[in-house]
Amino acid sequence: MNKIIGALGLGILCVIPFVMPVYFLHLVIQIFLWGFIYTAWSLMGRFGFVSLGHGAFMGIGAYVPALLWNYYGLTPWIGIPIGVLLSVLLAIIIGYPCFRLKVVGHYFALVTLALGQVVLLFIVAERDVTGGSLGMTQKIAGHSWYALQFPEKTYFYGIVLVMWIMGLAIWRWIDRGVGRQALEAISEDEEAASAIGISVLHEKLRVTIISAALTAFGGALFGQYLMYLNPETVSGIAVSLQIVFAAIAGGMYSMFGPTVGSFLTLALTEGLRVWFGTNFIGAANTIYGILLILFIIFMPRGILGFFETLRQRRTGVAVISTE
Amino acid sequence: MDVYLLEAMVNGLLLGGVLALLALGLNLIFGVIDVVWIAYADLVMCGMYAVYWLHVYFGWPIEFACIAAIAAVAILGFLVHLIIIEPILSAAPINQLLATGGLLFFLQSFATLLFGTDFRNIGLRLPVIQIGNLYISYARLMAFAVALAGAVALYLFLRRTYLGTAIRAISQDREIMGLMGVNERRIYLMTSAIGGALAGLSACLLALQYDVHPFIGNTFGPITFMICVLGGLGNMIGGFFAAFIMSQIIAIGGYYASTELAYVLAFSFFIVLMLVRPRGILSA
Repeated sequence: MNKIIGALGLGILCVIPFVMPVYFLHLVIQIFLWGFIYTAWSLMGRFGFVSLGHGAFMGIGAYVPALLWNYYGLTPWIGIPIGVLLSVLLAIIIGYPCFRLKVVGHYFALVTLALGQVVLLFIVAERDVTGGSLGMTQKIAGHSWYALQFPEKTYFYGIVLVMWIMGLAIWRWIDRGVGRQALEAISEDEEAASAIGISVLHEKLRVTIISAALTAFGGALFGQYLMYLNPETVSGIAVSLQIVFAAIAGGMYSMFGPTVGSFLTLALTEGLRVWFGTNFIGAANTIYGILLILFIIFMPRGILGFFETLRQRRTGVAVISTE
Repeated sequence: MDVYLLEAMVNGLLLGGVLALLALGLNLIFGVIDVVWIAYADLVMCGMYAVYWLHVYFGWPIEFACIAAIAAVAILGFLVHLIIIEPILSAAPINQLLATGGLLFFLQSFATLLFGTDFRNIGLRLPVIQIGNLYISYARLMAFAVALAGAVALYLFLRRTYLGTAIRAISQDREIMGLMGVNERRIYLMTSAIGGALAGLSACLLALQYDVHPFIGNTFGPITFMICVLGGLGNMIGGFFAAFIMSQIIAIGGYYASTELAYVLAFSFFIVLMLVRPRGILSA
């Protein structure tokens, strides 16, 4: 049954670019792009390592290939892996001491929050190279596989779709693996987990590296798709919090949760933008902020988590709490 | 020594006073309620707008505007606890942190909606004091002095009054205080209001030196969090010292490079210290 639904869903997704108006296609691409990044975040978030600094990884992933392309003409096919590697390096530099010294909970959230802001400030500070807060555009190469630039949205739809499915596959791989139990044990009680022989440092670092790498990759494609980078839209507190909230709103304990979060937040911001027009800048985000607070108070497991709990309650299956 | 460097260091010291006040408020709330208010610096933003509107728009004298702003932010702090934190007090601590993150979004956007993204200045021209070749802004000197006075007042309040003693006691042992006949809820609400008042006081001091705009919280928020972690979350004395260390790094770094790079430097320093002293600079 699930397979049929899956195949049907995939079929619909393959037809979408040929029947949808360009504006909606643009929205769908963004849903998958952000959905991928939110999924990457929830790989850590679901185990209680709440990072408020994923904007750092996204920023590096987006800026490094763009800078290498503009200044050295280096193809993104090499530039993106370099950006991902640098993000992983940063994740290790921050993650290793944090995990080694058991920096958890509030401490971890605040350390990573500062990290996101520092990458933002670094991009702004190097304004001669990066364009500072004005942002930068990649040199245009037209339709080119070498430069990974496509004016047609259909191409990017395909790329982003494959990426999103890959993200879900990795989510599932971790969900099904032995590592999941280890990580859940760690999030319950680190001392106890290490006492029964789990290498806490190793497990945490592994999932952090995967999460950072995927976030950087998502950031890179975000840059390639929009062809415009701005430190505020790819790095810093605002983006980091956006990632966290969308993942939580959708439900970070379910595979499709972060994507649902991506859909909801985009539908909300676009809907409110169309509704209010540009007369009321900030109106959309004001309502967004209120909804976030309500979500965390009333539905901490997100929308999907909420419905799953309802269903399990009805069918009499015991609800396993991962909070 | 280079007189400009000296000036940068003096300015760093003076900024440190206000940062220390901010860190005190955040640490007080964390120590007592075990909650991190991510939106703490945005309460400061609200306070700065209050000072601006009361003084510039309604023409109140600056002293009254400041007192009203402190009261307003104290009420805001009270409401934050009552509306947002109280319903999820027993949830995972990180949920409380994230709920105040939602508040951050709300406050920044709501301020944008109400006031637009313009930079606004209260337009108060305070004199500059000259000592030898050294120029010191009176506004900063006053901010420093008031911030220190605020810190001392908080210390005396916590040490000398019944309520202050109850607040300190509850931060040491949450469970037992209920049995001792202390109303936890009342203490939490009072602490939030005091934390808000400290944010309001910082807002008055910052309004003298900086333009107010909806995103000014992002300028002071991250550095305040770094200071609190560096001093040891909940450790008020540690946070107080950490504020001056960080403000010196930012001032000197800003002198040699740029303000943004100075923050990058401060963060690098922060990581190194985390390796040596993960529970704060004053930990054993």
